[in-house]
Parts: sequence; C-alpha cells; structure tokens
Amino acid sequence: MSSKEKGWKEISIAGVSSKSSIGFMTGDWKTYMPERDLEKCTVCLTCVMLCPDNAIRWRPEMGKIEFDYNFCKGCGICANECPTKAITMKMEQE
Amino acid sequence: MPKNIKQETLGLNGDEAVAFAAKQCDVDVVAAYPITPQTIIVEKFSEYVANGEVKTEFVCTESEHSALTACLAASATGARTFTASASAGLALMNEILFVTSGSRAPVVMAIANRALSSPLNIHGDHSDSMAARDSGWIQIYVENAQEAYDSIIQAFRIAEDTGVSLPIIVGLDGFTLSHTLENVDVLSDELAKEFVGERQFPTVITHEGKTVPYKLDPDNPMTMGPIALQNYYFEFKRQQQEGMNNALKKIVEINNEYAGISGRSYGNGLIEAYKLEDAEIAVVCVGSTSGTLKVIIDELRQEGLKAGLLRLRTFRPLPVEELRNALQNSKAIAVMDKSMSFGGLGGAVFQEIRHALYDEKTHPPIINYIYGLGGRDSSPRELRKIFEELTRIVKTGNVDDQVRYLGLRE
Repeated sequence: MSSKEKGWKEISIAGVSSKSSIGFMTGDWKTYMPERDLEKCTVCLTCVMLCPDNAIRWRPEMGKIEFDYNFCKGCGICANECPTKAITMKMEQE
Repeated sequence: MPKNIKQETLGLNGDEAVAFAAKQCDVDVVAAYPITPQTIIVEKFSEYVANGEVKTEFVCTESEHSALTACLAASATGARTFTASASAGLALMNEILFVTSGSRAPVVMAIANRALSSPLNIHGDHSDSMAARDSGWIQIYVENAQEAYDSIIQAFRIAEDTGVSLPIIVGLDGFTLSHTLENVDVLSDELAKEFVGERQFPTVITHEGKTVPYKLDPDNPMTMGPIALQNYYFEFKRQQQEGMNNALKKIVEINNEYAGISGRSYGNGLIEAYKLEDAEIAVVCVGSTSGTLKVIIDELRQEGLKAGLLRLRTFRPLPVEELRNALQNSKAIAVMDKSMSFGGLGGAVFQEIRHALYDEKTHPPIINYIYGLGGRDSSPRELRKIFEELTRIVKTGNVDDQVRYLGLRE
C-alpha cells in the first residue's frame, strides 16, 4: 500500500468518507464515451435529465451541453434516449 | 442491595423483564417482527407504546431483515434503538448483522435463544446466536430473568460507549427463561434512566474536514460506509476488533457501576466463577443451565467433592485472560455446548475454552458435552453424571470420547 494511505488508528470509524465524491473520478474506467452531433442536436435536454450520473451539464449561458468525462461511466442511456439520434457511443481512445 | 435504594419486586417472565428494562431505557426507536419465543418482548413493548408509557417510535416491519435495517438506519440518525428476535428471525437478519456492526451502530437486541429448522422446533438452544458468532456483535448470555432485566440496562451503556460503539445481543434461553415467571427486582424509572444516560457518540472527520459526532445530521453532512476496497476495508475491520477489546474493559466497569446502584453483579461481568477457586473438576456453561449446575455443585461440595462452575456470561468479546486465570487449578474440565458445529471439533464454546487454555503450562483434560438441543431438558441427574465422569478422568487420566452428547438416545 502506498504511504499516502492511513493506518487504522488514524481514520474515522465505520468507513465514513474522508473525501466527497468530487474527488473520485468514477468515469475513468469507461469503455464507451458519448459523442454529440451538433447538427442533429436540438438541445431538448432529454440527455441532461436522464443521465444517472449527472455527467451531462446544460450550460445555458453558452447555450450548449457538455459531457463530463470524469464522471460519465459510458452507460449509453443518453444515446439510447436521444430523440434525434444526435448522440453516438464511441470506443474510448487511450 | 444498597439500603437507600428501594426496588420493587415484580413477577415477570424473561421476555417481560427484557421489555420492562427497555421501557426504562428511554429508547427512541424499536423496529421488530414477532417470532417465538421472543414475541412477548415486542408485544409487551408495543403495549407500552400504545398506552403512552414510552415515547418510542415503534416500527412494525414485514420481516426481520427489514426490522434490523430500520434499526440500523434509526441508530445512524442518533436514535437509541432496540429490537428482539430469535432463531429463523435472527438468521434472516444475518446480512444486516454485519452491516450494523460494520456501521458501528449500537443497536441492542434481545435474543430468546431458539433452535433452527429443519425439522421445525420452537424450543430453546443456542444455535441461533452461536451461528452469528462472527458477525461483530457483542454477545452476553444470561442465567435468569433478573439478569435479563439487568443486562438489557447495561447493554445500552456498553454498546453506546464511544470506545466500543458496537451492537450487542443479550441472549436468554427460549422458554426456560423467556416464558418462565420469576421474581424480578426492578430499579425505579428515574434511576434506570439516570444510569443509562444520554446516548454518547464517537467523533469522526467528515469529507468537509469537520470533526463531528458520528450521526446523520443535515448540518454536518457525512457519508457512512459507502465503500472500502482493497486499500481500506481491512483497516475498518481492525477498528471493530479494537471496539471489542475496549468492550472487555467496559463490561467489567459497567457491571461494577451497576452493582453500586442495584446490589446485583454477575461475576465480573465477563465470567462468573462459582466455587471455582479450589475446584479440581470444573464445568463451563453458558446460560440458564448454569443455575441447575450450581445446585448440583452445592450438593457435591457437601459430599466432599471439589467441584466448580465457570459461567461464561460474555461470549463476545471472549475474556481470554479471565478464563485462563479462573480455570488454572482445574484438573479436568467439561464444556457445555447448547449448539453444534457440524463437522467441527466440538461446539463453539468448547473450541474457545480449549483454545484459550492451549498456552497454559498445565493442560487439564477438556471434554465437550453437547446438550439440550431443541429444548431437550437436561435433568439434575444427567448433569450430575458430568461431574462423575470428570472425577473418573482425574483418577484414570483417560479421556475416552472428547465430544459427547448429553441425554441423547443411542
């Protein structure tokens, strides 16, 4: 184990989280990643509402949608539900 | 009994004694599902709730798995929490037993010990809670209804101690204790409440870096035990062992403190040695059969036989040092087990006692008696044979069968 990890006397009991989930990049092991075709997208926000990881963000000030690939697990719900088929799942590149 | 403290004597069976104790402990939440022979406990408690005698939130669940889950959740919010179960009910709780201890939730649970199916049997033995041995719960087994009452009051203090913070089972023998009327001396409501006090909380550091009491609180958000993998899980398990180590000291302290207000103590809280100091032959027993053994030992002593009893009151954490000291002069020992470890070398208690004595200089012969399964009565005459057998072993040095079955037909 790395020296950064603490011993049993140092950590809080019962597995209380020492970090918020913002620090855990839960999307770093995905296989597929969503890509959006700007021409087909009508900005209906269906994908924003249905993303189970809240990893698709609506940026009204910029009038655009952003995927947060740090937290997107690549489940493909957004692509499946997109009414205009503007999202496709691509194999994640190294 | 301290002279200045008045205690009322009530006629209660073991289950009623447990319910009465829980009533006096200012319990916030009870979530339970009825099962024989525990049913009287939660029935009685639900009467207290219906009559407005307690302010407890009583949750009727659809199963024991849900009952303990509700208790765990309530305990996580800081509520003092109590439940009761037995046999198949405890078995159905199994998954949540581990979640509760891992979550360090000080839930107090009375178990009216009962056999497990199959074949169906509603009567008393220790198969249920012995099967939960490694679930991380403290386990105390009582000898009579009085001790059941006293132990429930003590249990809240033990479980909620900030250095312990573990759930606790108080086991009373099904029917033999749960349904048998005894005289039980009870503390006043005020005194019991004062002894138990307010629930105490260990502190934790949250993801925001705040040091706060370990409970769910919107002002101090925290995530309790979401996941710990190869890098941290092991450390949390070691912490649970430390809670058990601390419980060894706390059980003794709380037993003493309780003796101060009630005049009653049970050995040192961990073990009770009965005429053991000069005993050449000793029996180790858990639960109500200890009472019968004491009567037999009194008779044998009158006949000039140096016999003694070690009643193991606290099974988890196991009081290893106390066991060794108490049994060091014995020349032959019989360990009683009211459950079986199928395919193992004797029952659960036998394994522990024999294991604890391995490092001693003297190695007295130790035999195991499996007894009382499915509520089978062990008569004084049968129990007396154990001492006769130990006497024979001391004389001849021959153990013969190491594991025996008391009162079993061939």
